[in-house]
Amino acid sequence: MSELLLAAAQPTINWHTVMFYVTAIFACGFAVVVTTTNNIVRMAFALIVSLAATSGLLFLAGAYFVGAMQLMIYVGGTVVLLIFGVMLTAQKAFITMRTRASDWILGLLVGGALFSILLQLAFLIPQWQSSDYQAAADAELAAYVEKLKADKADGKVITQEQRDELERLEIAADDGMPQRSGEIGLALVGVRADKAQRPDEPGLAGYLLPFEIVSIHLLVVLVGAAYLARARRHSHAGASQ
Amino acid sequence: MSFLYEPIGLSHYLAVGAFLFVCGIVCMATKRNALGILIGIELVLNGAILNFIGFASPYFRDENLGLDGHLIALFVIVLAAAEAAVALAIALNFYNNHATIDVDRASELKG
Amino acid sequence: MGEYFAGWFPADWEFLGYTLAALVQAILLIHVIALGAFVFIWAERKVSGRIQDRLGPTRTGGKFGWLQSLADGIKLLSKEDLMPKDADPILFKLAPYVSLAASFTAFVAVPFAAGWVALPLNIGLFFVIAILGLEVFGVILAGYSSGSKWSLFGAMRQAAQVVSYEVPLGMCVVVPVMICGTMDLVAIGEQQRGWFTNWLIFHDPFIFIIFWVYFACAVASVNRAPFDLAEAESELVAGFLTEYSGMRWSLFFMAEYGSMILVSLLASILFFGGWNGPIPIFTGLIDWFPDYLGNSWVFTTFANLVGVVNILLKASIGVIIMMWVRWTFPRLRVDQVITMCLKYCVPIAAVCLLGVMFWTALGIGFLNDLVPSQPRAMVRESWVEEGQRREAKRFDSLQTPSTDSAKGEVE
Repeated sequence: MSELLLAAAQPTINWHTVMFYVTAIFACGFAVVVTTTNNIVRMAFALIVSLAATSGLLFLAGAYFVGAMQLMIYVGGTVVLLIFGVMLTAQKAFITMRTRASDWILGLLVGGALFSILLQLAFLIPQWQSSDYQAAADAELAAYVEKLKADKADGKVITQEQRDELERLEIAADDGMPQRSGEIGLALVGVRADKAQRPDEPGLAGYLLPFEIVSIHLLVVLVGAAYLARARRHSHAGASQ
Repeated sequence: MSFLYEPIGLSHYLAVGAFLFVCGIVCMATKRNALGILIGIELVLNGAILNFIGFASPYFRDENLGLDGHLIALFVIVLAAAEAAVALAIALNFYNNHATIDVDRASELKG
Repeated sequence: MGEYFAGWFPADWEFLGYTLAALVQAILLIHVIALGAFVFIWAERKVSGRIQDRLGPTRTGGKFGWLQSLADGIKLLSKEDLMPKDADPILFKLAPYVSLAASFTAFVAVPFAAGWVALPLNIGLFFVIAILGLEVFGVILAGYSSGSKWSLFGAMRQAAQVVSYEVPLGMCVVVPVMICGTMDLVAIGEQQRGWFTNWLIFHDPFIFIIFWVYFACAVASVNRAPFDLAEAESELVAGFLTEYSGMRWSLFFMAEYGSMILVSLLASILFFGGWNGPIPIFTGLIDWFPDYLGNSWVFTTFANLVGVVNILLKASIGVIIMMWVRWTFPRLRVDQVITMCLKYCVPIAAVCLLGVMFWTALGIGFLNDLVPSQPRAMVRESWVEEGQRREAKRFDSLQTPSTDSAKGEVE
């Protein structure tokens, strides 16, 4: 009886949820493979799949730009770098290095305890366990359409502002895409398009300074990595002299 | 399969993020290969990115982090790239000097 | 399309309609790519033959040997499937599929005509470039898992090359994004409507140079000669392909042709107007008779079909130029490849990026302003257009007194 009621209340499968579970199983499953396998190259491959699935999760949360960035920089750049390192050091002796059983037990104990705490925390707040975004957006759209219909019945003409609002609600209800790549670009040069600048709270909302710091940081890293990679040749030259 | 009928919430994202984080921690704790530890760090950072995006998503909360979450996630990605480059340089240097990549043998400074 | 098919099914089964639409699109895409590979493998043989003063295949399937690819395919299918003893069995089997999947996934976000794209993304270009970078994993896995030093060397060269060439490639594709103000490939294509002078390659002199840098980097990133160090047969036997045979080898080959078509399609969208022909026949007709033709489903579909022919022609020209380059230039050395990237491509791309930036900011005119089409800002990204379409539909249903309520009153 209760199952019937539930089916009547929510008759359709939520495909967003299904896609979330499929992607999350990929991400978590390959993360387990990363942790359990001893072969360093298989570990790197499992990391690729796990990271790519995570980028799928970012897409599902509406963060398109960050998801593509994750694919491009993380999966396409950082992990290629990692695999490069793996292949440079991939001698037979180092490809599979077994972990001691005591290490495993200790690691799993600490990890299990941490995970149980984090999981409890994640499901602690009831409002976070489900989302009413779609229902709210649908309801808002339906209410607005009813309002427009009522206005129409009263003989009022629908204005352009009302049409724009209708369009916004349609987009929010249909795919809810937060189209944020332009706003992210603006925020990185210090302009926040999503938050109106209030007079009592001047500045500090943009990300120009962190952006500059990160770019200098990357430059320093570039120079440093090149220096570290060259250091050996210097020491050998010194030794031979 | 009633859970497939309900929209997911922020908790699900936090749970996946926590799982990746813990996998990364265990990976860092148990691997003896220096590059394996680096891979564990990547997993940890990924869990963090997932949390930030979860909190930033308007699908889950009305008062979300918004663009701040996206931007912090971007900075995490960029810093992860930088960290990987430096860590890789250190690991390769270690390999060149000691002819091994096993971190248990990196005991030169041991008193 | 999904909504159209969803209308065929009863209330709880709409997902079948969306699945059907997805299947149709997937099958169309896979056929475009597979047939493209089929045709271009034959074309490569003919082109290389003619360049070397030979005839190329002449016997299989009539005078021009156009069934040669089919014969090749059958031969490859019937080959023995070998795996070396030292190979890592899982990764060895997985590698071709990784390569192929990465190459094909990118096509999901590539539009073939105005609005004809499987997945309309507001970051389409970024997505395509990101996926294109993933193809290298197939090569790396193949190289490592073969258990052969030739393969490993080939894979390491490939990794170094692809990672370094992603930098100038990214700088080149940023230029059209900067001019158009969007990463939506549909919007970028639509902004170049009208006469061929509206193509972005004629926007200013710098972008003309940028295109050639893009072309060089694209050839390098799809690992074609003269940058095919990963499979340099004079040094590395066949690089990462050494241990592969039969079907698995042909999957790598199809992935390579798939990404060749992909970078050519991107080039034609970003620089050569995409699906817009050099002379605006259809858009001109629509502008003259907006009421009759603009609203006619048959006419716009026909225009889009011609657009598909346009973009495929442009992409084919790109692929054939790549073949021409392959059979004309000698292979570069490893250090020359990296030198070319870091000392030539990156600085030229950076200078031209600045040049385009100033040209756009100062508003200097060039060929684009000869016969201007609609202003660039008028072209909206596809999600905005979709929202407008839905809004217009809803608005129309509000304007005409709905039949439901009328019926309700009668009843």
